[in-house]
Amino acid sequence: MFELLWLIPALPLAGFLVIALMGGALARRAVAVIGVGSVGAAAIVSVGVAAQFISAPPPGDSLTQVLWAWLEVGLLRPHVALCLDALSVTMILVVTVVGFLILLYSAEFMGDDESYAWFFAYMDLFVASMLILALADNLFFLYLGWEGVGLCSYLLIGFWYKERENARAAMKAFIVTRVGDVGLAVALLLIFTSLGTLQIQEVMRRAAQEWAVGSNTATLAAALLLCGAVGKSAQAPLQTWLPDAMAGPTPVSALIHAATMVTAGVYLIARTNGLFSLAPAVQSVVAIIGVATLLLGGLSALVQRDIKRVLAYSTMSQIGYMFLALGVGAWSAAIFHFATHAFFKSLLFLGAGAVLLATDEQRDMFKLGGLRAEMPYTFWTFVAGAASLAALPLVTGGFYSKDMMLWNAWTSPKGSPWLWLGGALGALITALYAFRMVFLTFFGERKSVVSRRPGPIMRIPMGILAVLSIFAGFLETPGWLGGMDYLSPFLGTALPGLPHAKSQPAMELFLQALTSLLCVSGVLVAYLLFVAHPEVPDRIAAIKAGGWLQGFWFSGWGFDRVYEFIVVKPFVRIALANRGDVVDTLFTGLARANEALHSSLSRTQTGKLRDYALGVVAGAVLAIGIMVLL
Amino acid sequence: MAQVPMEHGLYVAGLLFCLGLVGVLVRRDLLFVLMSIEIMLNAAGMAFVVAGAGWQQPDGQIMFIFILTMAAAEVAVGLALIVQFHHHFKTLDADAARRMRG
Repeated sequence: MFELLWLIPALPLAGFLVIALMGGALARRAVAVIGVGSVGAAAIVSVGVAAQFISAPPPGDSLTQVLWAWLEVGLLRPHVALCLDALSVTMILVVTVVGFLILLYSAEFMGDDESYAWFFAYMDLFVASMLILALADNLFFLYLGWEGVGLCSYLLIGFWYKERENARAAMKAFIVTRVGDVGLAVALLLIFTSLGTLQIQEVMRRAAQEWAVGSNTATLAAALLLCGAVGKSAQAPLQTWLPDAMAGPTPVSALIHAATMVTAGVYLIARTNGLFSLAPAVQSVVAIIGVATLLLGGLSALVQRDIKRVLAYSTMSQIGYMFLALGVGAWSAAIFHFATHAFFKSLLFLGAGAVLLATDEQRDMFKLGGLRAEMPYTFWTFVAGAASLAALPLVTGGFYSKDMMLWNAWTSPKGSPWLWLGGALGALITALYAFRMVFLTFFGERKSVVSRRPGPIMRIPMGILAVLSIFAGFLETPGWLGGMDYLSPFLGTALPGLPHAKSQPAMELFLQALTSLLCVSGVLVAYLLFVAHPEVPDRIAAIKAGGWLQGFWFSGWGFDRVYEFIVVKPFVRIALANRGDVVDTLFTGLARANEALHSSLSRTQTGKLRDYALGVVAGAVLAIGIMVLL
Repeated sequence: MAQVPMEHGLYVAGLLFCLGLVGVLVRRDLLFVLMSIEIMLNAAGMAFVVAGAGWQQPDGQIMFIFILTMAAAEVAVGLALIVQFHHHFKTLDADAARRMRG
């Protein structure tokens, strides 16, 4: 099975090529079959590969498949090579399975779109790039996937580009992530010049030998990698593009801006964990960024009106949790949460998509409401997702992954009670906004007409994801609850585990009870505020401080305004001032001088024979004169 | 026999050449231009002959025969061109042909 590894990225890529090259000639049904089928086939191969990897792990628990040498320039010899280890197995499983489900959903969701073929072409290209990113054996190849997913993100956010606002959002996403990508590119250069290789395992080995813990080079390299990760994963301070990215079609938001691409930063940090271990300062910055973003995103999600923007801020916040886990060295916990988050967040997006489809793109939750009776299937799957997002204790997947991260944030030598506190507060906020969304959309009185209900092709993925988001948590349960641990030891073959903290079952139970209480009370508060006493939020907003805070959070903490002021406006001003292109005047000047010279010389071309004769004579006289006189 | 000094002959040749040149430059009638060119050629031929006589060398007279031959050919071609010119422009004014003005 392992020799089929190359098929996993190759199948979606082939799907992309076929649709892109002959999309016009294919029937819609054929496009859907190729687009969805290629990813489905990749999912089947992934499952096969993963099954073999688990049942009969290759020697050294990792496997490299070299396809061909990409280029050879001096020491730079990146191969097009795929590396399979526990981390990439987890990644490709999630990417192909969730990708397949979302593409299946899109086959119906996008049914009426005129650019149906291009949608599937871009989605397939995205899945292929994401798989390259996850499987790449060297950082050079990884960078190819990294840029590929960025490109597809751009293309798909601006998929309905005829509306200016969408095109603007696409550009914003591309440019803001680019800021981080520059950091990653420089990190690659730095790693290559100082270690002489880009092959990931080799980089980790040499870095551990040559760089001391906390040395400047290691810190710089890790900081630059972090820069790339922050941009891609929409963490503070480069998070502003994610809410606007919701301009894309909902399946795009589900796949790219919730489940997979935005977690590329998490994957990158987990993949290069060796470097981050060498730079403890940067690693603690990772944790701090994580906590800051999870609170920032959560509080912003609390006051949004647009259902997709709530989910966007929520994604930001959940990735903040993953960064927190990475920052305290709980690599496996971060990847665990990546997996559960991919399930429940894409489920929530698909549910939101079904709602938007039913109500003719009514994104404002205050104009929705009462859809529970109209769309029971969507309601129940959505509740499953929201419960998992809110980490309702015991019964949801999100609970186990979030609990694992929080517990690690408390016990890890790099953790601290403060980080735990931030995370626990975030859990309360998460529960609050998740159920605010549920209550506003599905409870109360009905305010919009349901014109269309999801058909079977949309229901199947939603059902499967609902099951996954509830039950994926049982991969890893705390000691007092069966103590199942399938994921950590598995991931432990690729990611270093935490130094075993002293077992404190009582403490663990206490903290779990506390966070569970917070989550449940969040749901209760949401019920009180948005179902039982819907006038209270308005009354809070009517208070001056409350209203100000609402506006502040609604705008995503004013980051957009600050960037507008610091970056965008000055840049536009400079661009306007330089409209004539100052540097270019030198070259246009050269051209102008030439033209002037030419026109003055062309005046001598009178066409009169006698003038030419005179010219000849004058030349001869001059030449003879010079010869005689000198 | 009182020899004419070589310089005098060359002065006459130079004078003839300049006369021809001025003719080429100022006349607009192509026939006159052609004749002026003939005068310039003859001036050059005369200079060769005078110089050959002055230095007691036969080369000057050989060169003159060459020039004479060349002048005959030139007149033949030139006249043919003038006929064509007249056919085309219905005039012999050289300034009429100025379509290639830059």
